[in-house]
Amino acid sequence: MRDRYLPLLATVTVFILAYAVGGLSFKYFLSTLVFGDLLTDNAFIIIAAIGTTFVILSGGIDLSIGSMIGFVGVAMAHLDTLGWHPLASGALMILFGAVFGAAMGFIIDFCEIQPFIITLAGLFLLRGSCFMVSLDSVPINHPFVSAFSDWRIPLGGGGRLSSSALVMLVALAAGVIIAHFTRFGTNVYAIGGDRTSARLMGVPIRRTTMMIYALGGFYSALGGVIYALYTASGYPLAAVGDELIAIAAVVLGGTLLTGGVGLVIGTLFGGLIQGLITTLVNFQGSLTSWWATIFIGVLLFVFIVAQRSIISSFMRRRAS
Amino acid sequence: MDRAKGTSAAMATLRARLGELVGRPWLWPIVALALILLVDSVVSPGFFSISIVQGRLFGSTIDVLYRGTPTALVALGMAVVIGTKGIDLSVGAVIAIVGAVMTNLIHRDMAPPLVLALTLGTGLLCGLWNGFLVAILDIQPIIATLILMVAGRGIALLIDEGLIVTFRSDFFSAISTGEFLTVPSRILVAAGTFLALWLLLRRTALGLFIESVGGNAAAADLAGINAKLVKIGAYMLSGLCSGIAGVLICGDIRGSDSNNAGLFIELDAILAVVIGGGSLAGGRFFLGLSVVGVLIIQGLTTSILVSGLPPEYNMVVKGAVVLIVLLLQSRRMRGSILGVFGRRRA
Repeated sequence: MRDRYLPLLATVTVFILAYAVGGLSFKYFLSTLVFGDLLTDNAFIIIAAIGTTFVILSGGIDLSIGSMIGFVGVAMAHLDTLGWHPLASGALMILFGAVFGAAMGFIIDFCEIQPFIITLAGLFLLRGSCFMVSLDSVPINHPFVSAFSDWRIPLGGGGRLSSSALVMLVALAAGVIIAHFTRFGTNVYAIGGDRTSARLMGVPIRRTTMMIYALGGFYSALGGVIYALYTASGYPLAAVGDELIAIAAVVLGGTLLTGGVGLVIGTLFGGLIQGLITTLVNFQGSLTSWWATIFIGVLLFVFIVAQRSIISSFMRRRAS
Repeated sequence: MDRAKGTSAAMATLRARLGELVGRPWLWPIVALALILLVDSVVSPGFFSISIVQGRLFGSTIDVLYRGTPTALVALGMAVVIGTKGIDLSVGAVIAIVGAVMTNLIHRDMAPPLVLALTLGTGLLCGLWNGFLVAILDIQPIIATLILMVAGRGIALLIDEGLIVTFRSDFFSAISTGEFLTVPSRILVAAGTFLALWLLLRRTALGLFIESVGGNAAAADLAGINAKLVKIGAYMLSGLCSGIAGVLICGDIRGSDSNNAGLFIELDAILAVVIGGGSLAGGRFFLGLSVVGVLIIQGLTTSILVSGLPPEYNMVVKGAVVLIVLLLQSRRMRGSILGVFGRRRA
């Protein structure tokens, strides 16, 4: 087994263990219904996190995700009142996301400013733009929205694969292909591993950095479109703080924040683990809201420690 | 002839001086602050006027200082953590916990100084937990402190039993909203904390230890610095600073609002540290400039308020101005500014 698959293996193990614990504790937990909902409810955040994976693999970070999701929703709702088809407004917003990301990437590379801060400014700009478009929650009433949420592939046993989940899986497949089977993907790993060496080996740093953040913007805008269709509305305070959930999904998925190490597929499991935590809390049902938050924190802690100990025990076995 | 030569020599010295000045880390934050204050004074005449109303200093500049204190305190702790190549996302949650503990203890009729000590102790404890995760368990700081950020508000609500609990305490009101010799006491609290930290970190080798751990933890360890201990200490310091900020915030509203106390303060604090020249890559932090960073952010918020722009515009304007300040700070931008000077001369 190669080293690069170790964190993924640990993440998948933790996911399966948590699922097994849920299955043993709660009746009906091990049903396709729960699994389908897990995929659907977390689709938008996993989509956004796929883009973040590229950003983090390159040694950067993107804090504008939650604001982007909120802004895309508000803009789509506004365009809906002007009579736009959600597919058209969605496509426009995805384009906007990519351009916005590319601009952030350009500033990060050209001005040599830390990505954390530039994307934090992006967070303020996008969230502020939400408030400028609308201060209230605006419904998206287009018939396409209900058609989108009604369409599903039955999984048997009452569960279904929703269109959101399907988009997520396609986006994931695209992400895996971009990361591991294109020159751009290799360049991302190279920049994350050692920027200077990458530059010396002829990796076009500026173009690649812009493409990385454009990809991040593309995916978070796509996540925003899915979120808007999923909630059938635009709300200026939607997805506040979700950038941290997305980053945590990437890190739980075994990608190092220092860059250069990680797999896109890990992000799926990182995101699903977080969804599983919420599902477990919901199944428990009797927790007050504050105990639920504490429980989420505790589980996050347990999962991180479990993942670390699985990795280190593998390392030890290899060494002996 | 000689005169012309003299002038060109003087020009060269001037240019060299200017180049040196432009390269200084403290220049741009202070220029940005001055610009914002200048805009304020244009938008709102009498911005700089300070009067004494009911035995207390009164004026817009005092207001900026007054409102900036909690963020400034948090930013001081954050600067130290960022110096070790860490980050502390839990500061807002720590403020909530500290506020809940303080309110709870006040309701037990405990002596105020004891309440204060236990409250600040709670902040230290929160920092110890973060430090333990980062230094001992070796979890990446952003994720390690995310745990307390998520769970912290739950803990605070647990202590408050889900309610907004209010209290009456002359002692804490005096600390937070009172005044001492006409100066609002919280400004003195912040100034005292700043002075203590500056003496502790910049008049001893501790600050250097922190920067060396942030620059290269392994090398610092080999050089005989206990990197783990330094990191734990940094997070505890941040917890303590958040604790003091929490005391001020809760003393202000005379109650503990666990859902909202210190919400999103981590973003402003991190922003302030970076505007103040701190590097998120570790190894560099400035206490004084971080406070300047806070004043920039607070001055900006105040100027948006006094300019009469609708509040919806707050965040966009803030984001745009922050972006401009950051662009001015970047070395490449400085280079092109210098380039303009050079070309003009030629």
